[in-house]
Amino acid sequence: MNRIYFDHQATTPTSKEVLNEMLPFFTDIYGNGSSQHYHGREAGKYIDIARRQVADAIGCKAGEVYFTSGGTESDNWAIRGVLDGYKDKGKHIITTCIEHPAMIKTLESLQKKGLADVTFLPVDNEGFISIEDLKSAIRPDTVLISVMTANNEIGTIQDIKTIGKIAKENNIIFHTDSVQAIGNVKIDVKEMNIDLLSMSAHKFYGPKGVGALYRRNGIKMGSFMTGGEQERNMRAGTLNTPGIVGLGKAIEIATRDIDKNNKYVSELRNYFIKEVESKIDNVYYNGTKSDKCLPSNANFSFEFIEGESLLLRLDLAGISVSSGSACSSGSLEPSYVLLATGRAIELAHGSLRFSFGKNNTKEEIDYCIENLVKIVQDLRELSPLFLKKKGENKYV
Amino acid sequence: MYNERVMQEFAEPKNVGFIENADGVGKVGNASCGDIMEISLKIDNDVITDAKFRTFGCAAAIASSSVATQMVIGKTLDEALNIKNKDVVETLQGLPPQKIHCSVLAEEAIKKAVEDYRGKKNV
Repeated sequence: MNRIYFDHQATTPTSKEVLNEMLPFFTDIYGNGSSQHYHGREAGKYIDIARRQVADAIGCKAGEVYFTSGGTESDNWAIRGVLDGYKDKGKHIITTCIEHPAMIKTLESLQKKGLADVTFLPVDNEGFISIEDLKSAIRPDTVLISVMTANNEIGTIQDIKTIGKIAKENNIIFHTDSVQAIGNVKIDVKEMNIDLLSMSAHKFYGPKGVGALYRRNGIKMGSFMTGGEQERNMRAGTLNTPGIVGLGKAIEIATRDIDKNNKYVSELRNYFIKEVESKIDNVYYNGTKSDKCLPSNANFSFEFIEGESLLLRLDLAGISVSSGSACSSGSLEPSYVLLATGRAIELAHGSLRFSFGKNNTKEEIDYCIENLVKIVQDLRELSPLFLKKKGENKYV
Repeated sequence: MYNERVMQEFAEPKNVGFIENADGVGKVGNASCGDIMEISLKIDNDVITDAKFRTFGCAAAIASSSVATQMVIGKTLDEALNIKNKDVVETLQGLPPQKIHCSVLAEEAIKKAVEDYRGKKNV
Protein backbone atom coordinates (compact mmCIF):
# COMPACT_ATOMS: atom_id res chain seq x y z
CA MET A 1 0.00 0.00 0.00
CA ASN A 2 1.09 3.52 -0.77
CA ARG A 3 1.66 5.19 2.59
CA ILE A 4 1.22 8.91 3.08
CA TYR A 5 2.65 10.74 6.08
CA PHE A 6 0.80 13.84 7.29
CA ASP A 7 2.07 13.84 10.87
CA HIS A 8 5.21 15.98 10.70
CA GLN A 9 4.48 17.64 14.02
CA ALA A 10 4.74 14.24 15.71
CA THR A 11 8.11 13.70 14.09
CA THR A 12 9.91 14.13 10.77
CA PRO A 13 12.11 11.71 8.85
CA THR A 14 15.82 12.35 9.30
CA SER A 15 16.95 13.84 6.00
CA LYS A 16 19.58 11.95 3.97
CA GLU A 17 21.88 14.95 4.12
CA VAL A 18 21.71 14.89 7.92
CA LEU A 19 22.10 11.12 8.14
CA ASN A 20 25.21 11.21 5.94
CA GLU A 21 26.77 13.76 8.25
CA MET A 22 26.05 11.52 11.25
CA LEU A 23 27.23 8.15 9.93
CA PRO A 24 31.02 8.54 10.42
CA PHE A 25 30.42 9.25 14.10
CA PHE A 26 29.18 5.74 14.77
CA THR A 27 32.14 3.87 13.34
CA ASP A 28 35.07 6.16 12.55
CA ILE A 29 35.02 9.19 14.83
CA TYR A 30 33.80 7.25 17.83
CA GLY A 31 35.85 8.82 20.61
CA ASN A 32 34.25 10.11 23.79
CA GLY A 33 34.03 13.85 23.35
CA SER A 34 35.23 14.33 26.92
CA SER A 35 38.45 12.33 26.50
CA GLN A 36 41.74 14.20 26.23
CA HIS A 37 43.40 11.97 23.62
CA TYR A 38 43.23 12.22 19.83
CA HIS A 39 40.01 10.21 19.48
CA GLY A 40 38.27 12.29 22.10
CA ARG A 41 39.52 15.57 20.67
CA GLU A 42 38.30 14.62 17.20
CA ALA A 43 34.78 13.95 18.49
CA GLY A 44 34.91 17.09 20.60
CA LYS A 45 35.83 19.17 17.56
CA TYR A 46 32.62 18.17 15.76
CA ILE A 47 30.53 18.68 18.87
CA ASP A 48 31.85 22.23 18.96
CA ILE A 49 30.90 22.71 15.30
CA ALA A 50 27.35 21.51 16.05
CA ARG A 51 27.18 23.85 19.03
CA ARG A 52 28.13 26.72 16.75
CA GLN A 53 25.48 25.65 14.20
CA VAL A 54 22.77 25.71 16.88
CA ALA A 55 24.00 29.06 18.23
CA ASP A 56 24.01 30.65 14.77
CA ALA A 57 20.48 29.44 14.11
CA ILE A 58 19.00 31.16 17.16
CA GLY A 59 21.40 34.07 17.58
CA CYS A 60 23.20 33.12 20.79
CA LYS A 61 26.77 32.33 21.78
CA ALA A 62 28.02 28.77 21.33
CA GLY A 63 28.73 28.61 25.06
CA GLU A 64 25.05 29.14 25.77
CA VAL A 65 23.98 25.89 24.07
CA TYR A 66 23.65 22.69 26.14
CA PHE A 67 22.90 19.39 24.46
CA THR A 68 20.18 17.22 25.96
CA SER A 69 18.17 14.13 25.07
CA GLY A 70 15.35 16.20 23.57
CA GLY A 71 12.52 18.62 24.20
CA THR A 72 11.12 16.94 27.29
CA GLU A 73 14.45 16.97 29.09
CA SER A 74 15.10 20.58 28.08
CA ASP A 75 11.69 21.64 29.42
CA ASN A 76 12.17 19.71 32.66
CA TRP A 77 15.61 21.16 33.15
CA ALA A 78 14.49 24.72 32.47
CA ILE A 79 11.70 24.58 35.04
CA ARG A 80 13.52 22.69 37.76
CA GLY A 81 16.74 24.59 37.14
CA VAL A 82 15.13 28.01 37.56
CA LEU A 83 13.17 26.96 40.65
CA ASP A 84 16.43 25.79 42.12
CA GLY A 85 18.52 28.79 41.08
CA TYR A 86 16.02 31.42 42.22
CA LYS A 87 14.48 29.82 45.27
CA ASP A 88 15.35 32.89 47.33
CA LYS A 89 13.11 35.01 45.11
CA GLY A 90 10.11 32.67 45.03
CA LYS A 91 8.48 29.77 43.25
CA HIS A 92 5.74 31.40 41.20
CA ILE A 93 5.67 30.40 37.53
CA ILE A 94 3.43 31.82 34.82
CA THR A 95 2.69 29.60 31.86
CA THR A 96 -0.21 28.78 29.52
CA CYS A 97 -2.88 26.11 29.71
CA ILE A 98 -1.95 24.83 26.22
CA GLU A 99 1.70 23.96 26.83
CA HIS A 100 3.01 20.55 25.84
CA PRO A 101 2.56 17.82 28.49
CA ALA A 102 6.33 17.99 29.10
CA MET A 103 5.63 21.38 30.68
CA ILE A 104 2.11 20.92 32.07
CA LYS A 105 2.67 17.57 33.76
CA THR A 106 5.99 18.67 35.18
CA LEU A 107 4.52 21.88 36.59
CA GLU A 108 1.47 20.11 37.99
CA SER A 109 3.66 17.57 39.71
CA LEU A 110 5.89 20.29 41.20
CA GLN A 111 2.84 22.24 42.31
CA LYS A 112 1.37 19.18 43.99
CA LYS A 113 4.57 18.72 45.96
CA GLY A 114 4.50 22.37 47.00
CA LEU A 115 7.67 23.13 45.04
CA ALA A 116 6.02 25.53 42.59
CA ASP A 117 3.07 27.84 42.48
CA VAL A 118 1.78 27.95 38.92
CA THR A 119 -0.54 30.31 37.05
CA PHE A 120 -1.87 28.74 33.85
CA LEU A 121 -2.94 31.55 31.53
CA PRO A 122 -6.07 30.95 29.44
CA VAL A 123 -6.10 31.38 25.65
CA ASP A 124 -8.63 32.89 23.25
CA ASN A 125 -10.52 31.06 20.49
CA GLU A 126 -7.47 31.04 18.26
CA GLY A 127 -5.09 29.88 20.97
CA PHE A 128 -3.42 33.20 21.83
CA ILE A 129 -2.71 34.30 25.38
CA SER A 130 -3.61 37.84 26.34
CA ILE A 131 -0.65 40.10 27.06
CA GLU A 132 -2.79 41.91 29.65
CA ASP A 133 -3.48 38.60 31.42
CA LEU A 134 0.23 37.94 31.48
CA LYS A 135 1.03 41.36 32.94
CA SER A 136 -1.55 41.07 35.67
CA ALA A 137 -0.37 37.57 36.65
CA ILE A 138 3.10 38.86 37.51
CA ARG A 139 3.91 38.86 41.25
CA PRO A 140 6.97 39.83 43.26
CA ASP A 141 7.77 36.13 43.70
CA THR A 142 7.42 35.24 39.99
CA VAL A 143 10.63 33.54 38.95
CA LEU A 144 9.71 32.24 35.50
CA ILE A 145 7.45 32.99 32.55
CA SER A 146 7.25 30.06 30.18
CA VAL A 147 5.21 30.36 26.99
CA MET A 148 5.56 27.96 24.08
CA THR A 149 6.60 29.55 20.78
CA ALA A 150 4.12 27.50 18.74
CA ASN A 151 1.49 25.06 19.86
CA ASN A 152 1.88 21.43 18.85
CA GLU A 153 -1.81 20.72 18.25
CA ILE A 154 -3.17 23.86 16.62
CA GLY A 155 0.04 25.60 15.56
CA THR A 156 -0.73 28.99 17.10
CA ILE A 157 2.42 31.13 17.33
CA GLN A 158 2.55 33.42 20.36
CA ASP A 159 3.93 36.95 20.38
CA ILE A 160 7.24 35.83 21.84
CA LYS A 161 8.99 39.16 21.34
CA THR A 162 6.41 41.08 23.38
CA ILE A 163 6.35 38.42 26.08
CA GLY A 164 10.15 38.52 26.25
CA LYS A 165 10.06 42.29 26.62
CA ILE A 166 7.57 42.11 29.49
CA ALA A 167 9.63 39.45 31.24
CA LYS A 168 12.74 41.58 30.90
CA GLU A 169 11.03 44.74 32.15
CA ASN A 170 9.88 42.83 35.21
CA ASN A 171 13.21 41.11 35.74
CA ILE A 172 11.68 37.65 35.30
CA ILE A 173 13.32 34.79 33.44
CA PHE A 174 11.64 33.88 30.17
CA HIS A 175 11.64 30.33 28.84
CA THR A 176 10.03 29.27 25.59
CA ASP A 177 9.39 25.74 24.41
CA SER A 178 10.35 26.06 20.73
CA VAL A 179 10.23 22.35 20.03
CA GLN A 180 7.47 22.73 17.45
CA ALA A 181 8.71 26.08 16.14
CA ILE A 182 12.36 25.62 15.18
CA GLY A 183 12.58 25.33 11.41
CA ASN A 184 9.20 27.01 10.99
CA VAL A 185 9.56 30.23 12.96
CA LYS A 186 12.57 32.53 12.85
CA ILE A 187 14.05 32.83 16.32
CA ASP A 188 16.54 35.37 17.58
CA VAL A 189 16.95 34.93 21.30
CA LYS A 190 18.63 38.30 21.79
CA GLU A 191 16.07 40.28 19.85
CA MET A 192 13.21 38.38 21.52
CA ASN A 193 14.70 38.57 25.03
CA ILE A 194 14.58 34.81 25.48
CA ASP A 195 16.56 33.48 28.44
CA LEU A 196 15.90 29.77 28.00
CA LEU A 197 14.75 27.84 24.94
CA SER A 198 14.00 24.16 24.37
CA MET A 199 14.42 22.38 21.04
CA SER A 200 14.37 18.85 19.69
CA ALA A 201 16.14 17.70 16.52
CA HIS A 202 13.55 15.21 15.27
CA LYS A 203 11.01 17.96 14.65
CA PHE A 204 13.15 19.50 11.92
CA TYR A 205 14.45 16.50 9.95
CA GLY A 206 17.11 15.61 12.49
CA PRO A 207 17.48 12.42 14.55
CA LYS A 208 15.35 11.43 17.54
CA GLY A 209 16.73 11.43 21.06
CA VAL A 210 18.73 14.63 20.89
CA GLY A 211 17.89 18.23 21.63
CA ALA A 212 19.26 21.32 23.26
CA LEU A 213 18.58 23.89 25.89
CA TYR A 214 19.74 27.43 25.24
CA ARG A 215 20.61 29.14 28.51
CA ARG A 216 21.50 32.81 28.40
CA ASN A 217 24.77 33.42 30.21
CA GLY A 218 24.07 34.63 33.71
CA ILE A 219 20.87 32.67 34.29
CA LYS A 220 21.38 30.79 37.54
CA MET A 221 20.49 27.15 37.16
CA GLY A 222 21.39 23.90 38.78
CA SER A 223 22.02 20.81 36.72
CA PHE A 224 19.24 18.35 36.10
CA MET A 225 21.22 15.30 35.14
CA THR A 226 24.02 14.82 37.64
CA GLY A 227 27.16 12.76 37.23
CA GLY A 228 30.14 13.56 35.02
CA GLU A 229 31.39 16.98 34.12
CA GLN A 230 30.07 17.17 30.59
CA GLU A 231 28.56 20.38 29.20
CA ARG A 232 30.55 22.69 31.49
CA ASN A 233 29.41 20.65 34.49
CA MET A 234 25.79 21.43 33.71
CA ARG A 235 24.50 18.26 32.08
CA ALA A 236 26.07 14.93 32.91
CA GLY A 237 26.16 12.02 30.51
CA THR A 238 28.38 10.98 27.62
CA LEU A 239 27.71 13.24 24.69
CA ASN A 240 25.67 11.66 21.92
CA THR A 241 28.09 12.62 19.18
CA PRO A 242 26.18 11.27 16.13
CA GLY A 243 22.95 12.80 17.40
CA ILE A 244 24.56 16.14 18.20
CA VAL A 245 26.22 16.29 14.79
CA GLY A 246 22.82 15.48 13.26
CA LEU A 247 21.13 18.20 15.30
CA GLY A 248 23.72 20.73 14.15
CA LYS A 249 23.35 19.85 10.50
CA ALA A 250 19.55 19.68 10.69
CA ILE A 251 19.21 23.12 12.28
CA GLU A 252 21.67 24.58 9.77
CA ILE A 253 19.58 23.25 6.87
CA ALA A 254 16.29 24.21 8.52
CA THR A 255 17.50 27.77 9.01
CA ARG A 256 18.96 28.02 5.51
CA ASP A 257 15.78 26.72 3.84
CA ILE A 258 13.19 28.22 6.17
CA ASP A 259 11.59 30.61 3.68
CA LYS A 260 11.55 28.09 0.85
CA ASN A 261 10.10 25.31 3.02
CA ASN A 262 7.53 27.54 4.70
CA LYS A 263 6.30 28.77 1.34
CA TYR A 264 6.01 25.26 -0.10
CA VAL A 265 4.44 23.66 2.96
CA SER A 266 1.99 26.50 3.63
CA GLU A 267 0.79 26.35 0.02
CA LEU A 268 0.08 22.64 0.45
CA ARG A 269 -1.62 23.33 3.77
CA ASN A 270 -3.73 26.17 2.38
CA TYR A 271 -4.81 24.02 -0.53
CA PHE A 272 -5.76 21.26 1.89
CA ILE A 273 -7.81 23.65 4.05
CA LYS A 274 -9.61 25.00 1.01
CA GLU A 275 -10.43 21.49 -0.21
CA VAL A 276 -11.67 20.29 3.18
CA GLU A 277 -13.88 23.32 3.70
CA SER A 278 -15.35 23.20 0.22
CA LYS A 279 -15.96 19.44 0.10
CA ILE A 280 -17.04 18.55 3.63
CA ASP A 281 -19.90 20.13 5.58
CA ASN A 282 -19.91 20.75 9.30
CA VAL A 283 -16.14 21.03 9.71
CA TYR A 284 -14.54 23.47 12.10
CA TYR A 285 -11.01 24.76 11.66
CA ASN A 286 -9.16 24.85 14.98
CA GLY A 287 -6.59 27.53 15.69
CA THR A 288 -5.87 30.68 13.77
CA LYS A 289 -6.05 31.31 10.04
CA SER A 290 -3.75 34.30 10.34
CA ASP A 291 -0.05 33.99 9.52
CA LYS A 292 0.52 33.33 13.23
CA CYS A 293 0.07 29.61 12.62
CA LEU A 294 2.72 27.03 11.85
CA PRO A 295 2.80 26.64 8.05
CA SER A 296 2.55 22.86 8.41
CA ASN A 297 -0.50 22.75 10.65
CA ALA A 298 -4.17 22.14 9.85
CA ASN A 299 -6.41 21.02 12.69
CA PHE A 300 -10.08 20.32 12.03
CA SER A 301 -13.04 19.11 14.05
CA PHE A 302 -15.44 16.95 12.07
CA GLU A 303 -18.86 17.21 13.66
CA PHE A 304 -20.81 14.04 14.55
CA ILE A 305 -17.76 11.75 14.49
CA GLU A 306 -15.05 10.81 16.90
CA GLY A 307 -11.39 11.46 16.13
CA GLU A 308 -10.00 8.01 16.73
CA SER A 309 -12.39 6.36 14.28
CA LEU A 310 -11.43 8.89 11.68
CA LEU A 311 -7.72 8.44 12.34
CA LEU A 312 -7.95 4.65 12.05
CA ARG A 313 -10.09 4.72 8.92
CA LEU A 314 -7.55 7.08 7.31
CA ASP A 315 -4.81 4.72 8.45
CA LEU A 316 -6.62 1.85 6.72
CA ALA A 317 -6.50 4.00 3.58
CA GLY A 318 -2.76 4.49 4.05
CA ILE A 319 -2.79 7.99 5.51
CA SER A 320 -1.10 8.77 8.84
CA VAL A 321 -2.45 11.72 10.82
CA SER A 322 -2.86 12.58 14.47
CA SER A 323 -6.01 12.68 16.52
CA GLY A 324 -6.59 15.50 18.95
CA SER A 325 -8.79 13.13 20.84
CA ALA A 326 -6.49 11.54 23.36
CA CYS A 327 -8.86 8.58 23.34
CA SER A 328 -6.43 6.95 20.95
CA SER A 329 -3.52 7.39 23.32
CA GLY A 330 -5.24 5.63 26.16
CA SER A 331 -6.92 8.36 28.15
CA LEU A 332 -10.50 9.19 27.34
CA GLU A 333 -10.17 12.93 27.68
CA PRO A 334 -10.61 15.09 24.61
CA SER A 335 -7.85 17.51 23.67
CA TYR A 336 -7.22 19.99 26.51
CA VAL A 337 -5.85 22.42 23.94
CA LEU A 338 -9.09 22.52 21.95
CA LEU A 339 -11.17 22.76 25.11
CA ALA A 340 -8.98 25.71 26.16
CA THR A 341 -9.84 27.47 22.90
CA GLY A 342 -13.51 27.10 23.79
CA ARG A 343 -14.38 24.23 21.48
CA ALA A 344 -17.41 22.24 22.63
CA ILE A 345 -16.42 18.90 24.11
CA GLU A 346 -18.14 16.95 21.28
CA LEU A 347 -16.12 18.85 18.70
CA ALA A 348 -12.93 18.43 20.68
CA HIS A 349 -13.54 14.66 20.53
CA GLY A 350 -13.83 14.84 16.74
CA SER A 351 -10.60 16.60 15.88
CA LEU A 352 -7.72 15.62 13.64
CA ARG A 353 -4.36 17.25 13.15
CA PHE A 354 -2.81 17.13 9.70
CA SER A 355 0.77 18.34 9.64
CA PHE A 356 2.53 18.57 6.32
CA GLY A 357 6.20 18.39 5.45
CA LYS A 358 8.62 19.37 2.74
CA ASN A 359 8.42 15.94 1.09
CA ASN A 360 4.63 15.93 0.72
CA THR A 361 2.98 16.60 -2.64
CA LYS A 362 -0.27 18.02 -3.94
CA GLU A 363 -1.12 14.57 -5.31
CA GLU A 364 -0.95 13.16 -1.79
CA ILE A 365 -3.33 15.83 -0.60
CA ASP A 366 -5.75 15.04 -3.42
CA TYR A 367 -5.64 11.36 -2.49
CA CYS A 368 -6.22 12.24 1.15
CA ILE A 369 -9.17 14.53 0.38
CA GLU A 370 -10.78 11.90 -1.81
CA ASN A 371 -10.58 9.37 1.03
CA LEU A 372 -11.41 11.84 3.77
CA VAL A 373 -14.67 12.86 2.08
CA LYS A 374 -15.68 9.21 1.79
CA ILE A 375 -14.66 8.24 5.31
CA VAL A 376 -16.34 11.23 6.95
CA GLN A 377 -19.54 10.43 5.07
CA ASP A 378 -19.27 6.77 6.08
CA LEU A 379 -18.71 7.48 9.76
CA ARG A 380 -21.49 10.04 9.79
CA GLU A 381 -23.88 7.46 8.40
CA LEU A 382 -22.84 5.41 11.41
CA SER A 383 -23.43 8.23 13.85
CA PRO A 384 -26.71 8.78 15.69
CA LEU A 385 -25.74 12.45 16.10
CA PHE A 386 -25.61 13.05 12.37
CA LEU A 387 -29.10 11.72 11.74
CA LYS A 388 -30.37 13.75 14.64
CA LYS A 389 -29.07 16.82 12.89
CA LYS A 390 -30.69 15.74 9.64
CA GLY A 391 -33.96 15.31 11.55
CA GLU A 392 -34.50 11.79 10.32
CA ASN A 393 -34.76 10.03 13.61
CA LYS A 394 -37.92 10.32 15.59
CA TYR A 395 -36.47 8.36 18.51
CA VAL A 396 -33.68 10.78 19.31
CA MET B 1 -3.32 -1.15 19.99
CA TYR B 2 -6.33 -3.07 18.57
CA ASN B 3 -6.15 -6.68 17.41
CA GLU B 4 -6.98 -7.68 13.84
CA ARG B 5 -10.43 -8.94 14.77
CA VAL B 6 -11.41 -5.54 16.20
CA MET B 7 -9.95 -3.71 13.22
CA GLN B 8 -11.82 -5.98 10.82
CA GLU B 9 -15.11 -5.34 12.62
CA PHE B 10 -14.36 -1.61 12.71
CA ALA B 11 -13.42 -1.46 9.02
CA GLU B 12 -16.52 -3.37 7.89
CA PRO B 13 -19.17 -3.19 10.57
CA LYS B 14 -22.37 -5.18 10.08
CA ASN B 15 -25.95 -4.07 10.71
CA VAL B 16 -25.32 -0.35 10.40
CA GLY B 17 -28.41 1.82 10.46
CA PHE B 18 -31.73 2.24 12.16
CA ILE B 19 -34.78 -0.02 11.85
CA GLU B 20 -37.83 1.95 10.77
CA ASN B 21 -40.75 1.17 13.10
CA ALA B 22 -38.38 -0.64 15.45
CA ASP B 23 -40.00 -2.55 18.30
CA GLY B 24 -37.35 -1.51 20.78
CA VAL B 25 -34.60 1.11 20.82
CA GLY B 26 -31.77 1.48 23.34
CA LYS B 27 -29.51 4.47 23.41
CA VAL B 28 -26.66 4.85 25.90
CA GLY B 29 -23.65 7.07 26.50
CA ASN B 30 -23.25 10.76 25.72
CA ALA B 31 -21.29 12.84 23.30
CA SER B 32 -19.18 14.56 25.92
CA CYS B 33 -17.74 11.19 26.95
CA GLY B 34 -17.04 10.48 23.32
CA ASP B 35 -19.43 7.52 22.97
CA ILE B 36 -23.08 7.24 22.02
CA MET B 37 -24.47 3.88 21.07
CA GLU B 38 -27.93 3.22 19.72
CA ILE B 39 -29.34 -0.23 18.98
CA SER B 40 -32.74 -0.78 17.37
CA LEU B 41 -34.49 -4.15 17.39
CA LYS B 42 -37.21 -5.88 15.39
CA ILE B 43 -38.95 -8.39 17.66
CA ASP B 44 -41.34 -11.14 16.71
CA ASN B 45 -42.86 -13.45 19.37
CA ASP B 46 -40.16 -12.52 21.87
CA VAL B 47 -37.45 -13.38 19.34
CA ILE B 48 -35.13 -10.71 17.95
CA THR B 49 -35.42 -10.96 14.19
CA ASP B 50 -33.31 -7.96 13.26
CA ALA B 51 -30.92 -5.53 14.93
CA LYS B 52 -29.16 -2.42 13.73
CA PHE B 53 -26.83 0.09 15.34
CA ARG B 54 -25.51 3.59 15.03
CA THR B 55 -22.51 4.66 17.09
CA PHE B 56 -20.61 7.85 17.68
CA GLY B 57 -17.33 6.75 19.15
CA CYS B 58 -13.95 5.15 18.79
CA ALA B 59 -13.07 2.00 16.87
CA ALA B 60 -13.77 -0.18 19.92
CA ALA B 61 -17.24 1.32 20.33
CA ILE B 62 -18.09 0.73 16.68
CA ALA B 63 -16.71 -2.82 16.71
CA SER B 64 -18.53 -3.63 19.98
CA SER B 65 -21.88 -2.43 18.67
CA SER B 66 -21.45 -4.29 15.40
CA VAL B 67 -20.68 -7.51 17.27
CA ALA B 68 -23.55 -6.98 19.71
CA THR B 69 -26.13 -6.66 16.94
CA GLN B 70 -24.86 -9.86 15.33
CA MET B 71 -25.04 -11.68 18.65
CA VAL B 72 -28.66 -10.80 19.43
CA ILE B 73 -30.25 -11.64 16.09
CA GLY B 74 -32.14 -14.93 16.43
CA LYS B 75 -32.03 -14.85 20.22
CA THR B 76 -35.02 -14.68 22.55
CA LEU B 77 -35.32 -11.58 24.70
CA ASP B 78 -34.20 -13.47 27.80
CA GLU B 79 -31.19 -14.84 25.96
CA ALA B 80 -30.35 -11.34 24.74
CA LEU B 81 -30.56 -10.00 28.28
CA ASN B 82 -28.01 -12.62 29.28
CA ILE B 83 -25.37 -11.26 26.95
CA LYS B 84 -22.61 -9.74 29.04
CA ASN B 85 -19.95 -7.30 28.04
CA LYS B 86 -17.32 -10.01 28.41
CA ASP B 87 -19.11 -11.98 25.68
CA VAL B 88 -18.64 -9.01 23.39
CA VAL B 89 -14.97 -8.76 24.39
CA GLU B 90 -14.51 -12.48 23.79
CA THR B 91 -16.06 -12.29 20.34
CA LEU B 92 -13.67 -9.45 19.54
CA GLN B 93 -10.79 -11.57 20.91
CA GLY B 94 -9.97 -8.88 23.44
CA LEU B 95 -10.07 -5.10 23.86
CA PRO B 96 -7.45 -2.80 25.39
CA PRO B 97 -8.19 -2.25 29.13
CA GLN B 98 -9.19 1.39 28.68
CA LYS B 99 -11.69 0.34 25.98
CA ILE B 100 -13.57 -2.28 27.99
CA HIS B 101 -16.21 0.34 28.76
CA CYS B 102 -17.21 0.20 25.06
CA SER B 103 -18.30 -3.41 25.49
CA VAL B 104 -20.22 -2.38 28.62
CA LEU B 105 -22.05 0.21 26.55
CA ALA B 106 -23.01 -2.50 24.06
CA GLU B 107 -24.44 -4.68 26.84
CA GLU B 108 -26.36 -1.71 28.22
CA ALA B 109 -27.70 -0.72 24.80
CA ILE B 110 -29.15 -4.20 24.27
CA LYS B 111 -30.74 -4.21 27.73
CA LYS B 112 -32.22 -0.78 27.18
CA ALA B 113 -33.66 -1.78 23.79
CA VAL B 114 -35.30 -4.88 25.27
CA GLU B 115 -36.66 -2.86 28.20
CA ASP B 116 -37.97 -0.27 25.76
CA TYR B 117 -39.88 -3.02 23.94
CA ARG B 118 -41.26 -4.59 27.14
CA GLY B 119 -42.23 -1.19 28.49
CA LYS B 120 -44.16 -0.35 25.35
CA LYS B 121 -45.87 -3.73 25.31
CA ASN B 122 -47.16 -3.30 28.83
CA VAL B 123 -48.71 0.05 28.08
